[in-house]
Amino acid sequence: MAEKALVTAEMMSQIGTESEDMVLEVEKSVVKRFVEAVEDPNPLWQDEKYARKTIYGGLMAPPNLLCTVIAGAGGGRVRVKSSTPRRGGVAGGDDLELFQPVRVGDVITSRAKLVDIQERVGKDGTRRMYTIVETTFKNQKGEVVATDRSTSISW
Amino acid sequence: MARKLFYEDVEVGTEITPLVKHPTPRQFVKWAGASGDYAEIHYNHEAALANGQPGIIAQGKLKFAWLGQMMTDWIGDKGILRKITCQYRGMDLPGDTVTCKGEVTSKGIKDGVHYVECRIWTENQRGATTTPGTATVILPSRG
Repeated sequence: MAEKALVTAEMMSQIGTESEDMVLEVEKSVVKRFVEAVEDPNPLWQDEKYARKTIYGGLMAPPNLLCTVIAGAGGGRVRVKSSTPRRGGVAGGDDLELFQPVRVGDVITSRAKLVDIQERVGKDGTRRMYTIVETTFKNQKGEVVATDRSTSISW
Repeated sequence: MARKLFYEDVEVGTEITPLVKHPTPRQFVKWAGASGDYAEIHYNHEAALANGQPGIIAQGKLKFAWLGQMMTDWIGDKGILRKITCQYRGMDLPGDTVTCKGEVTSKGIKDGVHYVECRIWTENQRGATTTPGTATVILPSRG
């Protein structure tokens, strides 16, 4: 074990840290930009006349929208502070749970929490740091609409 | 989209209707703008190489959204996507053909709710599974 560990005590002490709240209004334009990038033509997201006739009675947000737009905007995000900068990183995975449908017009407040940091050695012998952040999304009624457990990998 | 999928229509092994995507640099830039995630490895070739990638690569969450689209297309407006997970295992590059696929792994009724569990993934034209995951959906029942 000559190589020094990637994850330090300084990093581990940050587990449990929470982000500031971030507020996102699920406006039509936010949904439009999202579904245009995905290339998802489902009329439930954009066609008001169609959406009105569904069980929802109006336009809905695609399930993946919150964990994307909120995380990307830098809000609801916690970063591990470290005195040694990372050389690279990639996204590891996402676990998204959906408890309530999200409607266009909803106001969503999210908060992220650093829940775990792990160090693993890959097949090639490289040490990698796995950072797990859980984000909770609440609507304007205070109901938890979704949670996302996101893993990022850095080295 | 008006098509309805019922709990009784699926069995273990039932295939989810595949969704084919042809990622382009333009799409990665649109995604960066829509998501607010401006990580440069997805649109700047030099930055991608410096990060150890073969070139610019599709954003993980974009592939996650494609899997989400496959699921919401398949279940229709009366189905509910309850949970979706994936792991970003392999890279997908512009020019690749990325196909979202899936199959039913189990089904069951709990507290009167009709659940269906699925295995989902993306694969490219090289046959590599780049984004394996799972999905749980709630479907209406014919009763």
